[in-house]
Amino acid sequence: MPAFDLATQSKRDLNQRLHNLPADTNETHWTVANPAGEHAIACGLDAPLTVEIQGHAGYYCAGMNKLATVIVEGNAGVGVGENMMSGTVHVKGDASQSAGATAHGGLLVIDGNASARCGISMKGVDIVVKGSIGPMSAFMAQSGNLVVLGDAGDALGDSIYETRIYVRGAVKSLGADCIEKPMEAKHKADLRRLLDAAGVGPEVSVDEFKRYGSARQLYNFHVDNAAAY
Amino acid sequence: MCGIVGLFLKDSSLEPQLGELMAGMLEVMTGRGPDSAGFAVYGSGTPGFVKLTLRGSDLEGLADTLGVSGTQRDTHLVLSVPEAEEERVRGWLAANRPDLVVTGAGSRIELYKEVGLPADVSARFGLPGMSGTHGVGHTRMATESAVTTNGAHPFSTANDQCLVHNGSLSNHRSLRRMLEPEGINIATDNDSEVAAGYLSWKIQNGATLAEALEASLDDLDGFFTFVVGTEDGFAVLRDPISCKPAVMAETDQYVAFCSEYRGLAHLPGIEDARVWEPEPAHVYAWEHK
Repeated sequence: MPAFDLATQSKRDLNQRLHNLPADTNETHWTVANPAGEHAIACGLDAPLTVEIQGHAGYYCAGMNKLATVIVEGNAGVGVGENMMSGTVHVKGDASQSAGATAHGGLLVIDGNASARCGISMKGVDIVVKGSIGPMSAFMAQSGNLVVLGDAGDALGDSIYETRIYVRGAVKSLGADCIEKPMEAKHKADLRRLLDAAGVGPEVSVDEFKRYGSARQLYNFHVDNAAAY
Repeated sequence: MCGIVGLFLKDSSLEPQLGELMAGMLEVMTGRGPDSAGFAVYGSGTPGFVKLTLRGSDLEGLADTLGVSGTQRDTHLVLSVPEAEEERVRGWLAANRPDLVVTGAGSRIELYKEVGLPADVSARFGLPGMSGTHGVGHTRMATESAVTTNGAHPFSTANDQCLVHNGSLSNHRSLRRMLEPEGINIATDNDSEVAAGYLSWKIQNGATLAEALEASLDDLDGFFTFVVGTEDGFAVLRDPISCKPAVMAETDQYVAFCSEYRGLAHLPGIEDARVWEPEPAHVYAWEHK
């Protein structure tokens, strides 16, 4: 199990070594000690690795992630998992602004809270926040699922396209063109799948959640294209 | 860009380390602001005396000429002036040394700023050796005005008050036109100094610091994270969409503010600190009782 220490080794070396690994590498489990809030740790991974970051990470941690599992054993700075394509990013503390911004796929789990603009412009990622999310979250969200076990701040889902938002707690206010929608059986099943994937047990019932999504009044929605959303 | 920092000590045993801890925070913020740096430290004061921080050249012998005590640090000179003498000293300086700038005044504030990399600026002034109860600092990436020492933060527009700002204000010219007839002296072209002047004006008119910051949410147009120092403490405010980053950490020993977490990573006991992001449009304040 390769161990990297950012107190004595450079972040560029770490990222370069992770990028150089072949897809069938046997060095699949990495640890990173003393991250000290450094930016861009474990960005651009493209192999089925697990990287454990043993502390707080800075900006854009695990950005553009593909296939890898990145675990942050602390807080993450702005843009954790931004533009991730697949794989899993798990923040055990809180996340700063713009968590999962523009992310296309994979699963982003935040055990604590996420601040403003969580899931901004998300394009297919699944995001599960076990705490609360800040204002302007899911702004212009296009696809994917955002699940919040706590509360949501102001202007949730402003100018939303087609993301499904599930919130268990209170929503301070909804943004333009974001409305509450009925929870049908298919939504409950999908929400259960997301909760299970994030390690949330049956003590949290899908019946406690409300669903929010697009009123489809702000953008040019065609029902013929519904399958594509 | 720009980086801002603040450190408020709850545990007086840390006071001798205030400057050293702040210097570390400022140096990490170089990436956010390499053009210039500045800081205000609230150190010891003498009852009945006011500290005037002057910036300029040819400072040797000036304190003796004025008949007061002074401590020079590179391009800055801190005079300790009996309160009854302040008007005389300021009058003499205005008449005889118009080249000098009073960067800060108050019972405990000392305020230093210069162009250059933050590590160089803090070394020139000996920040790591300074002690105090709290301080604020700034590393600047210039946007609204030129890279000059006048454009460096912090800005002080009233006794023992100073402000550091990350952001950019778009209505600073109209605010300036409103404040100047009110007697608020704004010395530079900088938008952040207008924000400092606005808060001083509100406080002069009876507002508390918290009330002045609340009012700024309505009257300032633009984006900002402010850290404001006063004689007793500091306050933090972010604009309503939290455009600029901010992280805070609190332990039994201190409350610390920085634009990014990595600037806090060297503080003692940070592993067990409560770390959080201040909410937008919410005033946070800490004071020594």
